[in-house]
Amino acid sequence: MTRVLIRGGRVVDPSQGLDEVRDLLLEEGHVAASSASLADLADAPDIDIFDAFGLVVAPGFIDGRVHLGEPGFEERETLQSGLRAAVAGGYTAVVALPDSDPVNDTRAVTEMLRSSAEALGLARLYPMAAVSKGLRGEKLAELGELAEAGAVAACDAEHTLGTAFLRRALLYAQHADLPIVHRARDCDLEDDGVMHEGEWSTRLGLPGCPGMAEEMVIARDLLLLADTGGRYHLSPVTTAGGVARVREGKASGLALTCEVTPHHLVLSDQEVLTSGFDPATRVAPPLRSADDVEALRAALADGTVDMIASDHRPYHRDHKLDVQFSASPPGIVGLETTVGVCLDRLVGAGVIDVMRLVELLSTGPARVFGLPGGSLEVGRPADVTVLDLDATWRVDPEGFHSLGRATPFAGEELRGRASAVFVGGRRVDA
Amino acid sequence: MSPDRLNVTWGRKDLLGIAELDAAEIGVILDTAESFAEVGTRPIKKVPTLRGRTVLNLFFEPSTRTRSSFELAEKRLSADSLNFSGSGSALSKGESLIDTALNLQAMQPDLVVVRHQHPGVPHLLARRLEAGVVNAGDGAHEHPTQALLDAFTIRRHKGRLEGLRVAIIGDIQHSRVVRSNIHLLTKVGADVVIAGPRTVMPPELARLGVEVTSDVDAALEGADVVMMLRVQLERHQRSLFPTVREYFRFFGLTEERLRRAQEDVIVMHPGPMNRGVEIDSAVADGPYSVILDQVQNGVAVRMAILYLLMVARKEAA
Repeated sequence: MTRVLIRGGRVVDPSQGLDEVRDLLLEEGHVAASSASLADLADAPDIDIFDAFGLVVAPGFIDGRVHLGEPGFEERETLQSGLRAAVAGGYTAVVALPDSDPVNDTRAVTEMLRSSAEALGLARLYPMAAVSKGLRGEKLAELGELAEAGAVAACDAEHTLGTAFLRRALLYAQHADLPIVHRARDCDLEDDGVMHEGEWSTRLGLPGCPGMAEEMVIARDLLLLADTGGRYHLSPVTTAGGVARVREGKASGLALTCEVTPHHLVLSDQEVLTSGFDPATRVAPPLRSADDVEALRAALADGTVDMIASDHRPYHRDHKLDVQFSASPPGIVGLETTVGVCLDRLVGAGVIDVMRLVELLSTGPARVFGLPGGSLEVGRPADVTVLDLDATWRVDPEGFHSLGRATPFAGEELRGRASAVFVGGRRVDA
Repeated sequence: MSPDRLNVTWGRKDLLGIAELDAAEIGVILDTAESFAEVGTRPIKKVPTLRGRTVLNLFFEPSTRTRSSFELAEKRLSADSLNFSGSGSALSKGESLIDTALNLQAMQPDLVVVRHQHPGVPHLLARRLEAGVVNAGDGAHEHPTQALLDAFTIRRHKGRLEGLRVAIIGDIQHSRVVRSNIHLLTKVGADVVIAGPRTVMPPELARLGVEVTSDVDAALEGADVVMMLRVQLERHQRSLFPTVREYFRFFGLTEERLRRAQEDVIVMHPGPMNRGVEIDSAVADGPYSVILDQVQNGVAVRMAILYLLMVARKEAA
């Protein structure tokens, strides 16, 4: 097997608190050496050199919430298109939701997903299992066997679990050591809402989802968690009230983690108006108020937030974009924009530094899901994302590898992007 | 002034809402409408202004008043108009909006008038069509021509808009009329107070520059203009107020309640009315009511809009 020497890059690795220029040797799928200079290796015959001068070398990015269409919705995304999009966007791994058809509620689907993804040789795919059979919120899926087959978490996609069922799930998942990943929202209160309830929904005449609908279910979930134990991951938190609950829950010692999406960090509900009802601003949870955005950014900076996930959710453009706002299914694609948006709008804007961003995109998700990546320590998997902080580029949905085209960032000029990824020590191109 | 000798220019392709207009543009539309109102008083109520121009009336949602008002305005201006309605056409057969738009484009209309139950549909069509688009009501978002005809009616009765106290009462949440009226009236300097049960009051309404109350009597105090809104019973999938009887008692406009307003108050309603729900017949048919004037003025205002978007805009270009 070829060895790779990544030379002269600025290694940013939150798992070791490392931010310095180093050389990195990748061998046999693992990080074999890491030091200020491995120059003596450069002349070895069986070595590929990757010059990273002026670039950031980070542990491979992991997108912790991705909808892939396969199996069942291949018009939206295939494993190949989705994993190519991941690589193009700077990810070495994605965590896939189970809302395929058939639902990933059996060992067979989990194994099929893993082996198909492995055969493609692109980014790694870590499947999430359904919590309930058929995502119906009634009977538990075989979480023990699903975990054995490689599922890294249990999640019923965007469905909110009933109180008694969530309690059972939190208890049962403990033997399989799976976190329960939950989207918190009170559907009764959200009703037919299509955007955040507030001034802008009032102006636009669109039915609104009150932010409280998220916070009250988070509060319920944390009461359950305190009682049951187990691991709970909130996916995502989008409101100031929700952030406050998470902060309290963490302070009281609960095994609680949470994520935010890039769009909730940089766009507010006013975007629906300024974009003229652009369906690419229709997401679930909806874009929130400017105050909520501020609270999320503060939680990002102060460590309350564990990870950033794109919530990549592709649809066929006929269904997503060529319809009126309220008929457009909520969801946008993010695999190919998240890193750029975060570098430009968060790091560039001074909200967080590069070290924290790497933590949110790599170390954080690895910890939440118990994955082997997220670190460039010697002996860890040789999954590496290389960043060019100075490259400026324009978001062009027509050039996406993803089959999805809907993004509220279309046409935006961004500074910073991923310029190379290595998966298991091998350079991978989209 | 005869419409044949108007000297105005107009800078917009579409009329999608009042929110994006400024006070000067609103003034241009109202002044132009004055000229067209004269046409309605002639024995032959027709001018050749829009001869050879094609207007498509695209009504995805049922409408009697707005639709016939637009049709009449088109006929009086000698435009050729085509009507599509939600039932019995491709619009009800699942054809996508985009296909509808492309088909319409192929007919090379000069203007498309669109009414749809969802906010933003006129905006979607306006992006896809070369023709101008007039929003004839999109969900609970905007109904700009209604607000313009309301302003025209107020101005004719009061001689001004600025400084008037306007009370708008009823089902605010489901009303596109109220949103367009709030934008228009606040832009021209009227004082607007909004009243109705809290369950049909959308959040943060006060940020639109209006006073908000659930006390109808307080809202009526000293009002120069009272606009009653239709209770949209068909849109109430859940219980937003207990009964029609209770609604009428606490929020309906009666003669007794109206005494709190100015002596020369005018009472308006965009129609269709629910008599005995939001308004007592004694008020609707009484001396203060200008409800039928609104209907009449609607034609003149829509003629002005058709003229501005098709003729004045072209001259400006």
